[in-house]
Amino acid sequence: MRHPTSFVLLFFGLLALWPFMAGSYGADLVAKIMIFALLALSLELLVGSTGLVCFGQAAFFGIGAYAAILMSPTDGSAPALWLSLPCAIALAALYALAVGALSLRTQGVYFIMVTLAFSQMAYYVVHDTPLGGGTDGIYMYVKPTWGWVDLDNPAHMYGLIWLSLLVGFLFLSQLLRSPFGRALSGIRVNEQRMKATGFSVYPYKLAAFTLSGAMAGWAGYLFAVKDGFVNPELLSWHLSGSLLVMIILGGLGHMRGAVLGAFAFALLQELFQAEAVFGSFAKHWHLSLGLTIMACVAFMPHGLVALPAQLRERLSGRNNREAPVEALEEQA
Amino acid sequence: MQKRTVLLSAAAFAVIAASTNTWAQALPKLKVGFMLPATGTFASLGTAIDNGFRLYVAEQGGKIAGREVEYVRVDDESDPSKATDNVNKLIKRDNVDVIVGTVHSGVAMAMAKAAKESGTLLIVPNAGAAAVTGPMCAPNIFRSSFSNWQPGYAMGEVAAKKGHKKIVTITWKYAAGDEAVKGFKESFEKNGGTVVKELNLPFPNVEFQALLTEIAATKPDAVFTFFAGGGAVKFVKDYAAAGLKKTIPLYGSGFLTDGTLDAQGADAEGLFTTLHYADNLNNKRDQAFRLAYVKSFKLQPDVYAVQGYDAGQILGIGLNATKGDTKNIQGFAQAVRAAKIDSPRGAFTMSSSHNPVQDIYLRKVVGKENVVDSIASKSLTDPGLGCKM
Amino acid sequence: MDFATFLIQCLNALQYGLLLFLVASGLTLIFGIMGVINLAHGSFYMIGAYMAYALAPTVSAIFGGAFFSTLAVGLMLSVILGYLLEWAFFSYLYEREHLQQVLMTYGLILVFEELRSMLVGDDVHGVPVPEWLNGALALNEVMTYPVYRLFMSGVCLLLAGAMWFVFTRTRLGMMIRAGTSNREMVQSLGIDINLLYRIVFAIGVALAVFAGMIAAPVSSVYPGMGNSVLIICFVVVVIGGIGSIKGALLAALLIGLVDTFGKVLLPQAAGVLVYVLMALILLWRPNGLFKD
Repeated sequence: MRHPTSFVLLFFGLLALWPFMAGSYGADLVAKIMIFALLALSLELLVGSTGLVCFGQAAFFGIGAYAAILMSPTDGSAPALWLSLPCAIALAALYALAVGALSLRTQGVYFIMVTLAFSQMAYYVVHDTPLGGGTDGIYMYVKPTWGWVDLDNPAHMYGLIWLSLLVGFLFLSQLLRSPFGRALSGIRVNEQRMKATGFSVYPYKLAAFTLSGAMAGWAGYLFAVKDGFVNPELLSWHLSGSLLVMIILGGLGHMRGAVLGAFAFALLQELFQAEAVFGSFAKHWHLSLGLTIMACVAFMPHGLVALPAQLRERLSGRNNREAPVEALEEQA
Repeated sequence: MQKRTVLLSAAAFAVIAASTNTWAQALPKLKVGFMLPATGTFASLGTAIDNGFRLYVAEQGGKIAGREVEYVRVDDESDPSKATDNVNKLIKRDNVDVIVGTVHSGVAMAMAKAAKESGTLLIVPNAGAAAVTGPMCAPNIFRSSFSNWQPGYAMGEVAAKKGHKKIVTITWKYAAGDEAVKGFKESFEKNGGTVVKELNLPFPNVEFQALLTEIAATKPDAVFTFFAGGGAVKFVKDYAAAGLKKTIPLYGSGFLTDGTLDAQGADAEGLFTTLHYADNLNNKRDQAFRLAYVKSFKLQPDVYAVQGYDAGQILGIGLNATKGDTKNIQGFAQAVRAAKIDSPRGAFTMSSSHNPVQDIYLRKVVGKENVVDSIASKSLTDPGLGCKM
Repeated sequence: MDFATFLIQCLNALQYGLLLFLVASGLTLIFGIMGVINLAHGSFYMIGAYMAYALAPTVSAIFGGAFFSTLAVGLMLSVILGYLLEWAFFSYLYEREHLQQVLMTYGLILVFEELRSMLVGDDVHGVPVPEWLNGALALNEVMTYPVYRLFMSGVCLLLAGAMWFVFTRTRLGMMIRAGTSNREMVQSLGIDINLLYRIVFAIGVALAVFAGMIAAPVSSVYPGMGNSVLIICFVVVVIGGIGSIKGALLAALLIGLVDTFGKVLLPQAAGVLVYVLMALILLWRPNGLFKD
């Protein structure tokens, strides 16, 4: 799919109209899912486009979130959005740069475990040191403002989240079509070959890692401002694991896969916890979720995005000839 | 292919819309929203609270102030990062009249913030964080349990009376631990003792050996500790295994030996702890409560069940005064503040910051029970620092 | 800190490190030899602890004498469990990408935790130390050291020695090492590589379960105990080098030291210190201490 315009228009259009259709709870829920969609996009850049499986994305998310709260002025006045958001992004990017510089010297499984360990390090810093306010977290009492935009107003908050997701999506789509993006795809497909053609892959990987960290920090900032509360669990590896589930559920190698995956995962969680559907078994929803994750990875390795094609293939027995060509380039 | 994706997304939206729309208008039924842990370390505490509350409602014939009670439950997983979402599910999606929860203090603080903003009635049946009846206090927020400070403060007086002068404290570095130690230090030092060292380790780390060696090297007169759950079991066993139990007396906030005696076995024998409940309170109310609880649930009740039961009592007192109107917060609060709640733990009243003013018992572990030794502190009121109501 | 206390703290560090080694060795073995990253490894540790708790009454009724019979029965069960799991589930993961392995085993953690909750409940349990090990060694006038912890350290050392012996001095060890380097060649030499992998996996699982069982009397048995041990195991494997048993041993001991002394000297930074150690070692050796 070369032109995602219709998808973008319809999807984001629906999202824009949503608060008018659903009640305040529904708008809240979708706002939260959009934040996770932005976070999933940041991970998609690493995993789907560059082939770097990072198990520590939650750290950058959490750093952005904590930065949002820690940089609020102590006198109780509203933080300035135009200042605190870029600062949060910059801090997250800085940590990503440091972690990337150390981890990208390793490969494969090593890389996975090292990113996990570094995210745990960040977790313990906010969990144990006075910097982070400890295991009970910190509250934000005054939300950022900028001119007429006041994030205390739920409509403004929703709007900012919607805008961030749109900008993130479009930015990444463009980036992946650029020479930089194609270099990343090349690294993903065959790193040796890229090196053989004279590319020095390390700077590209590091740049992608840092960029991904910055985006995750942005999502973290939005989360902190929306909830008004941050807590060390935002940096836990469980969140990193859930993110990986989201992007593989939606479909690796597709931007919209990341977004759809975030929605699907959130919906699944709501479904499994619903007493209306599962009765008293609902309290064992971890079991349903775990089994679903395993089933998805086993039977739907290309995710939801590829589901229509998979079904078509099964039903008609025809091979989808477009597959090899599509696989080379990052899809929107 | 694009079309399919769009259709799928539209279908997804429809599902979300359907599941989040509230069908009901204002019903005469009283909707009670439980936000308790159903999974994880605190799951059994959540169950006990749930049971206690339901027992009270069943004793009232399933109705409070003439309104039939219906329940909605949300699993908070003791995870503060999901707390705001979970409590919003109850407030905004299910439109509950009352929220009852929770166990973990971090989650409770998020709930208190949300309840304060929305004005929904909130009764906290366990979480002892000072903030809930401190800076976060509000006319619609009540606590039926305790504040972390109370058992600690009571023990401080006991330790001083027993003649100890130098004490080391050890706990997890989180709100519950910090506040318990703060309470202990306050009364212990007021009565002439000194806390020579305050040891702590990150929550929920349970590798105590290094710190036990530290305690031995410091040679204090006694040790005061706050741990709960799995940590409490391990600490008591490690303390005994390191030989410290024989040489340096150990005192603790009641959670050290509550619900953990089976696992701790002989290592807990003879330990003194302070709590607002014990296993052999010989008052009629407690005996009736225990009988009814065992009959209904085939389980022995514990302090959590009592707290859940009393949360029901508080709700009953308030709603009977406002004739079932959950929006009349002033009337509700007035009635509860004036009431004397006839609890299985002994009668207690509410402080002006909505925390129980109660007797704290000094208990000793005898066999598998925490037996009352004496009353450590009578009608102890939590100072409610920072509460502006 | 006086010298006696320093020595005692070293003893604490050693004991903690050795137990970590026991759990981590299974992880590094499974990873090094079969290339499968298994996040559910912590769950095996938890299964071991719960087995120690749950089996004790039944075993002592049938066999009399609780502790060692429970260990033996538990060990047998864990080998069978490992064997079955490998056959039913993990063998499908060998050809899959690491990401899929990570996710499948992540789902497995959730399943195991919830099954545990449904079967045994969520309460905290204690496992009694066997009577003849329940003594204490007087170290100074205030403190004693539990004999059981010395026993644990001894068992871990014994197992470490046994592992070294099996891998370097027996045919099985030789086949395993060959299988790591070149799977196809081993197969073409007529050795059943699938059976070999199954055995190795069963051993890896058994090590973690065994560690959980012997640690149960001192660590108590509670929900989520597997998760806390899992992350530290990963750090052990990262520092030691994937697939290297002696790396895991050295790394575990280092972590034991850093954690123990960190708690006492710098309590606020204690949790972070282990990761700082890891970062420093990675700066020096990007693939861990011993590359296998």
